[in-house]
Amino acid sequence: MNKNSSRKYVIRLTIILVAAIFALKLFALQVLDIEYKVKATSNIIEREVRYPFRGLIYDRQGRLIVYNEPVYDLEVVPKDVKMEDTLAFCALFNITKEEFKDRLHKAKKYSYVKPSVFVKQLSNQSFATVQDYLINYPGFEIQPRPNRAYTRSTLANALGYIGEISKYQLQRDSASYYRQGDYIGINGLESMYEDELRGKRGVKYKMVNVRGVEKGSFKDGEWDTLSIPGNNLQATIDLDLQEYAETLMQGKRGSVVAIEPKTGEVLTFVSAPTYDPGNLSGREFSKNYGRLLTDTAKPLYNRPLMGAFPPGSIFKTVQGLIALQEGVITPDTRFVCDRNIIACHGPHSYTNLSEAIEVSCNPYFWNVYKRMLNKGASDNTFVDTEIGLEEWRKHVLSFGFGATLGIDLPNEKSGYIPTVSLYDRIYGDNHWKFSTIYSNAIGQGELQIVPLQMANLAAIIANRGYYYTPHLIKSIGDEGKPLEKYREKHYTTVEAKYFEPIVEGMANVVKRGTGMRAKLQDIEVCGKTGTVQNSQGEDHSVFIAFAPKDNPQIAVAVYVENAGQGARAGAGVAGLMIEKYLQGCTDRTNIQDYILKGDFIY
Amino acid sequence: MREQDNFVNRLDWGTVALYFMLVLLGWLNIFAVVYDVQRVDQSIFDLTLNSGRQLIWILTSVVLITIIMLIDFRFYDSFAYVIYAGVMLILLFVLIFGKEIAGSRSWFAIGGFRLQPSEFAKFATGLAVAKYLSTNNRVFETLRSQVILFGIIATPAILIILQGDTGTALVYSAFALVFYREGFSPLLLGLGVALVVLFMLTLFIPQVYLIVAVVVTAFLLIGINTKKTRRVITIAVAAVSIIGIVVSVDFFVSDVLKPHQQSRIKALINPDADPLGYGWNVTQSKIAIGSGGFWGKGFLQGTQTKFDFVPEQSTDFIFCTVGEEHGWIGSLLLIVLFVALLFKITTIAERQKSTFARVYGYSVAAILLFHFSINIGMTIGLFPVIGIPLPFFSYGGSSLWAFTVLLFILLKLDAHRSQLLNRAGLS
Repeated sequence: MNKNSSRKYVIRLTIILVAAIFALKLFALQVLDIEYKVKATSNIIEREVRYPFRGLIYDRQGRLIVYNEPVYDLEVVPKDVKMEDTLAFCALFNITKEEFKDRLHKAKKYSYVKPSVFVKQLSNQSFATVQDYLINYPGFEIQPRPNRAYTRSTLANALGYIGEISKYQLQRDSASYYRQGDYIGINGLESMYEDELRGKRGVKYKMVNVRGVEKGSFKDGEWDTLSIPGNNLQATIDLDLQEYAETLMQGKRGSVVAIEPKTGEVLTFVSAPTYDPGNLSGREFSKNYGRLLTDTAKPLYNRPLMGAFPPGSIFKTVQGLIALQEGVITPDTRFVCDRNIIACHGPHSYTNLSEAIEVSCNPYFWNVYKRMLNKGASDNTFVDTEIGLEEWRKHVLSFGFGATLGIDLPNEKSGYIPTVSLYDRIYGDNHWKFSTIYSNAIGQGELQIVPLQMANLAAIIANRGYYYTPHLIKSIGDEGKPLEKYREKHYTTVEAKYFEPIVEGMANVVKRGTGMRAKLQDIEVCGKTGTVQNSQGEDHSVFIAFAPKDNPQIAVAVYVENAGQGARAGAGVAGLMIEKYLQGCTDRTNIQDYILKGDFIY
Repeated sequence: MREQDNFVNRLDWGTVALYFMLVLLGWLNIFAVVYDVQRVDQSIFDLTLNSGRQLIWILTSVVLITIIMLIDFRFYDSFAYVIYAGVMLILLFVLIFGKEIAGSRSWFAIGGFRLQPSEFAKFATGLAVAKYLSTNNRVFETLRSQVILFGIIATPAILIILQGDTGTALVYSAFALVFYREGFSPLLLGLGVALVVLFMLTLFIPQVYLIVAVVVTAFLLIGINTKKTRRVITIAVAAVSIIGIVVSVDFFVSDVLKPHQQSRIKALINPDADPLGYGWNVTQSKIAIGSGGFWGKGFLQGTQTKFDFVPEQSTDFIFCTVGEEHGWIGSLLLIVLFVALLFKITTIAERQKSTFARVYGYSVAAILLFHFSINIGMTIGLFPVIGIPLPFFSYGGSSLWAFTVLLFILLKLDAHRSQLLNRAGLS
């Protein structure tokens, strides 16, 4: 027998040893370590986000304003690129060979395995032509991007725009809905109704092989979710009227806000100068945004909400109403037009309230304001004025002044109604009285009112004492009900019966006074002009109006900077708008030409 | 007729059964690799798929088995050197006229059919080694016979290295096991193992630490043995040689090895350093096997291997499919099958009366053990990636045929073991 036969045991032991080591190592790998299962899953699963369609926005007649027109980015994953015919590729995308090399180099520098944008925002048309050829170019893929499109070039300041979410917004997104690169409403309705418009993202889990080629859905789509499109919004805007108002406001700086008094629905919302909303959508966004931001006429500044000015003479209506409610005057109370106490533009002899509104008599309202502030509640004239101011202020606030109205747009300013403490700060306690602050009587002084509030004032007078919060969105969803929060009537502290003399006066303003440019043949328009003194240049032209006098359908406020008297641009624009809204067109082409010619930006 | 019956009875059917089990399981796993979840109409018999082609290799292997069984058992003994010389000539031939595939010139291509002759050199070398050891007594005692023996296994290894297929060449180191069984000094083998361990240590531990450790150990040993001068000299010499090896390993790895070989060693040490580069194979292979869990994902349910994350899945990394789809249980079963086969073969080898058959039997065992250890070892990250197939399991005609021939020559010899003894006794 072989002398080395005992060595067979060593050999068998070796075999057993190897097998045992393998079994143990495999046990560690397969049973003890779960890391490999996670890695395996992340290997094959690709999470594909299905972006929902953003909600559409319709005008009050159901005409489409904002819709989606996806643009397509061509993305490249450098590691997968196998380019055989570079020239054909370049021709397809209309780029030069140098650009191709340059972009590929940049993409490689960013990441070899992650996609980066190669050609930005192909148009719909070039996408269609390119799509069929892409199969020949591995590593290149089309990625749709959300993009807004507009049926008409109008309403930019109210609509706002969408754009890539900022780092700051991402940090504030406590619900962690958004991801880097997501689009979000940045301004206007887009931002205000973001939660409604954005819809709900869906996710598709698909299996991919090592080259990223799809190999079916993961677990038969058990974890997949469909994307839910955003809700459509029904706006209160009348597109035709909006467009017309913007035409009228061309070459002017200011704002036009029209409201349906019975509902608070905003019919027109113009901030002039404005811009084409399409400019802030799509491939030219950053270029255009920079240009608009540096434009000296400030087209991005939302004047109807953000500009706060002294209201001028239109405020006399408020003064008259409060005085009637306070009982310090009656409709028949007359004052002498004494131009020694305050300047006035004409001798009006001895007017009553309606007439004073009609001729905008400054001394009349000086007297009215004095009666309100000095009611003899205290023997001390300083204290008396303080008490009077406090009471007067309460009434003023009930008109929606001095606080934001709560319109469904961002960046609304509150304006300012002076308080006792303000004057105490300026002049010192007991160092000011009526004669110190009488400018408020005629809408000057420390009063600050936002154009939207002026339109709301017109609506209040049209309604004889109440308003609904002005809003741009009526209902959400295709069969949405009217939004409850806009169904609440806000009453002023002035009773309805006191409005008639003011309305009467306003009717006469248009019939035969300073508002004659707003006079219409068949419709009785009520209006009030204002001319706001401006230390920087030409006066601002203000006009508030509503029509018809009975059962008003529209209330409008026009504010044109540096356009002089309210009788001119203000009344002209307001009149044309009322006519357009109620009658559909205008035959007063002379007024229209006058307005269109007006250029007050300098 | 009676002889025929005897032969059938004498054939080791247990080994035959193990062989067919491995071949069939391999075939199913090859189908699992190519199976596409998105297509339902795929058939395991589809000749455009690897599984269909493997079936052809399996069927032709059966033909080969029949031929081996029909050839007279004395042929293998008598013609051992002729077969060896013939295969060596073919190896030389392929080096000159062969087709280069994936960096190695080790293939003959005739039409769409490819053959890798180096696979067949294993059994030929086994025969030659067996023949040499059986015809020379006390072979390990003379330097001349040791050189000849070394030459027999070195010739195919060198030719295969020249073809650019180092992995297959390494298989010839497995003959050390055969020599050990036949009486070769375990000391020398032990030294070889120690060198391998040292080699591994230099890869994992910074050079400086190793040198410091060696020096410190040497001084400690010298301190203990100060009175025995001879031992001190031995220790000093050993320490210096170890340091020499440590330094040269670094030189060897970074200057002698080809870049792809270097990276395979780097991948073994730390696959996570570059999981998308040199670590890719090992990383993905471990993910595939590791994701199988205890029970596996089920037949045809694997995702990692199916979606091409693991390279060379049908051939060298076929074990990944087993690990992923059949889990630890399946892997264990496969290991048990191999252990059973190896035990069977060593048992067969031990019961041979002739030295020739015994040595050949151990050659078969050594070659299979080497393939089994290295192949599975590399898929689970215990060995560097050396591209050699899992016997009977991996896809490929050349390897299946070669392993079939290797195994069934032994079974043929075994079936005639009593006659072989007679013959040896006569000569």
